[in-house]
Amino acid sequence: MEVVLELDDVVKRFGDNEVLRGVSLQLHRHEVVCLIGASGSGKSTLLRCANMLETIDAGSISLFGQSLEDDRIDPDLVRQHIGMVFQSFNLFPHLSVLENILIGPVHALKRRHSDVREEAMELLGRIGLQERANDYPDRLSGGQQQRVAIVRSLAMQPALLLLDEVTSALDPTLVGEVLDLLSDLAHSGTTMLIATHEMNFARDVANQVAYLDNGVLVEKGTPDEIFTNPRHESTRSFLERVR
Amino acid sequence: MALTTDNRSPTPPLLFAKRRRRLLVGRRGIAASVLSSAIILGAIVAVFWLAPGGATVRYFFFNPHQMWVAFVGNPAKGLSSVGVGLITNVWMCLVSEVLVLFFGLLIAWVRLSQSPVLYPFRVLSAMYTDVFRGIPILLVIFMVGFGLPELNIGFLSTQSPAVYGCAALTITYSAYVAEVFRAGVYSVPHGQLLAARSLGLTHTSTMRRVILPQAIRTVIPPLLNDFISLQKDTALVSLLGVIEATRAAQIYASSEFNFSGYVVASILFLLLTIPMTRFTDHLIARDRSKRLAGV
Repeated sequence: MEVVLELDDVVKRFGDNEVLRGVSLQLHRHEVVCLIGASGSGKSTLLRCANMLETIDAGSISLFGQSLEDDRIDPDLVRQHIGMVFQSFNLFPHLSVLENILIGPVHALKRRHSDVREEAMELLGRIGLQERANDYPDRLSGGQQQRVAIVRSLAMQPALLLLDEVTSALDPTLVGEVLDLLSDLAHSGTTMLIATHEMNFARDVANQVAYLDNGVLVEKGTPDEIFTNPRHESTRSFLERVR
Repeated sequence: MALTTDNRSPTPPLLFAKRRRRLLVGRRGIAASVLSSAIILGAIVAVFWLAPGGATVRYFFFNPHQMWVAFVGNPAKGLSSVGVGLITNVWMCLVSEVLVLFFGLLIAWVRLSQSPVLYPFRVLSAMYTDVFRGIPILLVIFMVGFGLPELNIGFLSTQSPAVYGCAALTITYSAYVAEVFRAGVYSVPHGQLLAARSLGLTHTSTMRRVILPQAIRTVIPPLLNDFISLQKDTALVSLLGVIEATRAAQIYASSEFNFSGYVVASILFLLLTIPMTRFTDHLIARDRSKRLAGV
């Protein structure tokens, strides 16, 4: 299967603090990879490096075989092909739900407003929020906001989705609806790199699970390998602590 | 002390006030506020009325006849009207406000830009805001109003004093307003920028469609505050010889030996600024209640 995203020995430092210490990872088309690990292990930084929100200090990242370190790479173009969903939703509070979804396709992709609008309404229908299209984000529950944020990134028709602990800021009763949506996406072949603390979810939807500890990718394997037979002591103790 | 509750008193504490207080609520509260207002207002009026020089002050400052003449002016005696003068203040502040909004935003935009090509402009705009927030506006008015005509450079040196006044106000207030806009931009959570950029929007597009609309909402009250001072500072342009409200009052005072014109000018300025201050307070209160409601 085609490799979408490839990280090769990526190093990222913030001052003296080395956040990623030579991480290598491959993400294939239609694949779901879950990143697990304690807070501060480098999961979020890894995701941000992947869509060029952060620059890397060593190693290389490539998208569809094109190195992002190349001078000719246009970061805006790269980000148009990578969707990103954040822990704190980051919907635009001054725009309605529909406008939040339209802003990317219309102003970054320069597509016709009327065409995108139809698609956006259809996507909203899929998550059952069609009648909330003209509401402002603050009228929505956290779970609804996060689902809108996911739809907002999907409206860009990206090649892959990066999800950064998208359920961590949610009320426990609202986590389910967001995870259900992600499961649906996974089953329909969406390529996703997911940083998460939801171990059961990772076990259910991931093709690969990667465990990060203090900036090092300790081990990577199928959910079964990681959750039932972790090879490394640190993976085992992490899983015991979160269980 | 033990790491627990109950350290102060193991028995339930008593919660009644030690001294009996009359609760000022409802009708009793209204009566109390009316009474206290009457006492304070009465005291102020009494001081003015009963002071040894009270009558003199009333004659020189609050003389109704003199106030009326100062307001309408008297061309036969060469007295300018304070009321007509105020029209000059109004148009000067309106023109300056529009220009200040434009240049303030422009300077803030340049300072927040990221393009390496704009580097010299970033430095210049930073210097600009530092310099013109640091120089008293009076000096800027003198430098522009007396300096530019001396330079003899075409139309720049042949404008009316009022135009130079507007230019000086614009120069100083643009520096303030640029900083207000910049603070507003920084008040927008970083996640908004990340979300917009990760949708592939350019820096310019992100600023224009995501950051600025939110920033402007938060800067409206401080912006209006600056505009209130701008309205008042139009009076300083009188030093260039522009006959606006303050200058007309000054002419009246020196030829009639009565200061009632100044009181007229003050009242007229209040009539201009009070609606603006009330409106600003209203916006601040609305914003505050919105935030307290957790919206």
